[in-house]
Amino acid sequence: MIQLEDVTKIYRMGKVEVRALESVDLTIDDGEFVAIMGPSGSGKTTLMNIMGCLDVPTSGRYLLDGTDVSRLSDNRLAKIRSRKIGFVFQSFNLVARTSAIRNVELPLVYAGVRTRRHAARVALEQVGLGDRMKHMPNELSGGQQQRVAIARALINDPVLLLADEPTGNLDTASSAEILKILRALNDAGRTVVIITHEEEVAQFARRVVRMRDGHIVSDQAQRIRTEVSA
Amino acid sequence: MNLEEALRVALRGLRANRLRSALTMLGIIIGVASVILLVALGNGVQTSVNEKIQPLANLITVVPSVGNVPGGAPPKDLIDADVAALQDKALSRDIAAVIPATSGKALVDGDAYRYRANVVGTTERWLEVNNQDMSAGTFFDEAQVRTTARVVVLGSAVANYLYGDDPAAALGQPVRINRQTFRVIGVMQSVGEPGDGVVAMPLPTVRRYIFGGGDKINQMIVQATDANAVPAAENDVIRILSERHRIKDSANRDFEVQSLRSRLDTFNQILRILTLFTAAVAAISLVVGAIGVLNIMLVSVTERTREIGIRKAIGATRRAILEQFLIESLLLAGLGGVIGVLVGVGLSVLGANVAPSFGPTFATFAPSVTIPSVVLSFAISLAIGLVAGGYPANRAARLRPIEALRYQ
Repeated sequence: MIQLEDVTKIYRMGKVEVRALESVDLTIDDGEFVAIMGPSGSGKTTLMNIMGCLDVPTSGRYLLDGTDVSRLSDNRLAKIRSRKIGFVFQSFNLVARTSAIRNVELPLVYAGVRTRRHAARVALEQVGLGDRMKHMPNELSGGQQQRVAIARALINDPVLLLADEPTGNLDTASSAEILKILRALNDAGRTVVIITHEEEVAQFARRVVRMRDGHIVSDQAQRIRTEVSA
Repeated sequence: MNLEEALRVALRGLRANRLRSALTMLGIIIGVASVILLVALGNGVQTSVNEKIQPLANLITVVPSVGNVPGGAPPKDLIDADVAALQDKALSRDIAAVIPATSGKALVDGDAYRYRANVVGTTERWLEVNNQDMSAGTFFDEAQVRTTARVVVLGSAVANYLYGDDPAAALGQPVRINRQTFRVIGVMQSVGEPGDGVVAMPLPTVRRYIFGGGDKINQMIVQATDANAVPAAENDVIRILSERHRIKDSANRDFEVQSLRSRLDTFNQILRILTLFTAAVAAISLVVGAIGVLNIMLVSVTERTREIGIRKAIGATRRAILEQFLIESLLLAGLGGVIGVLVGVGLSVLGANVAPSFGPTFATFAPSVTIPSVVLSFAISLAIGLVAGGYPANRAARLRPIEALRYQ
């Protein structure tokens, strides 16, 4: 469960103070599928960074899976990310010159797990890439790379799957595939949060949070679309 | 983070930039190889000189000192009676033998050619204590010394100049020195300059026919019973001669005593300092190599900023990133060190095998590798990896993930 209480984030850029988030309260329960929407500059990326433990709030509290992570050190945050968060990025962010299966294994390496090969193989098969394990990222299509990234995000069995514009760099067909996978993961009980500015994508979520100027302006449940249309 | 993954990533990085890695390593390779080679060169010279001199290490030379003390007594010459006194077992236990010599420059006339040689008048044991051998004929013997025989033994350069390459050609030939004729009975083996320009004759022969000079001698070679007895024998020589020459103050001595051993010690000391100095100069290239590693590691960190961001996002701690880059720079510098050791040892061995074929003078410079120089220079290359990699690795470890991920 995710719980943000009165979270404010202020960036200092030289003399200018940018208030990226202002007193945000947000609770996401286990098993939810939430889309966070908003134009650029609305604070949605900052929100994701904080939810993903890549950054800490200037003030306020953030409880992830029952623990307060808003004041943790760099190293503690790294461990939390390793155990509880799975990331999917817009630009895939696979490690170059490293095979698909090694990319998927990486989070286990940093978590100190010794037997990794089997788990990585299972994760890749789950996203339909059982036959591409030895391929390098530059030998895979965008959609395939994003599926490797999803397998990597899931390998540590995270509490939260965070996807930042996961379809932003993909064609329609690949986008549909990725969204279908995320949909299926949520159906299987995984908590999924998507950051997006595309209404098409947001329609897959059961709940849409809209942001503007660092505030949450609306937060509503919706009926989901099940199939993808171009 | 386990070591295996760090090693794999490091190897992948080095392989991906083969030329860059090789050039960076080159700095370390040159540094390590030149340190090893230069130390081997110094050590080689020291070993070969010591080997040559070791058989002579129990020798002490005594020569009259030139000039005298103002207001003091005139210096006394070294004479035959001094030799006899030193040979007296009752006066010294540590002196095994004394070989007197008188020498000077003289023109040696072999009919076709003339050679200005260093003529030495001495006894039959001179060859032996100087650790020399004959290449043809024989040295004069005790009977020839006693009978003032008109015989002469030529140094190899003299024989070569007067009679050509074959030393046997000189045997039996008459040579004229100071308008007197002598018969060549032997030619000595080459020992290098200036020993090859020597002409040896019995001491009485030289006195009677060439230099004159009564019972004066201008050099004594004192042989101690063994190399360890040299200091004691040296003291005995000083004591006996001072007594005979009535010298009370050591500053007024009219003779000089010098052992090859003490000269050898001085030589070794100078050579050690010289070797250390050249090795230190070579080590400067290691510093340049270290800067190369530092530079390339900084480039590597910058290039992989985004990768560092990804790794941090999926759970890499600072320590994991630090280890990864440290291992990469250790691998780079360590591999350079290993190759440098191979090159340095290889060149030294090659030099040791090739040098003697250029003649005895070059054989002296045959390098000989020392283990400490290998261990030390390899350890330095590892230290370079650690130090030059430390700063970039630390910088990588401190990168903030969100900024690193934004990096294009």
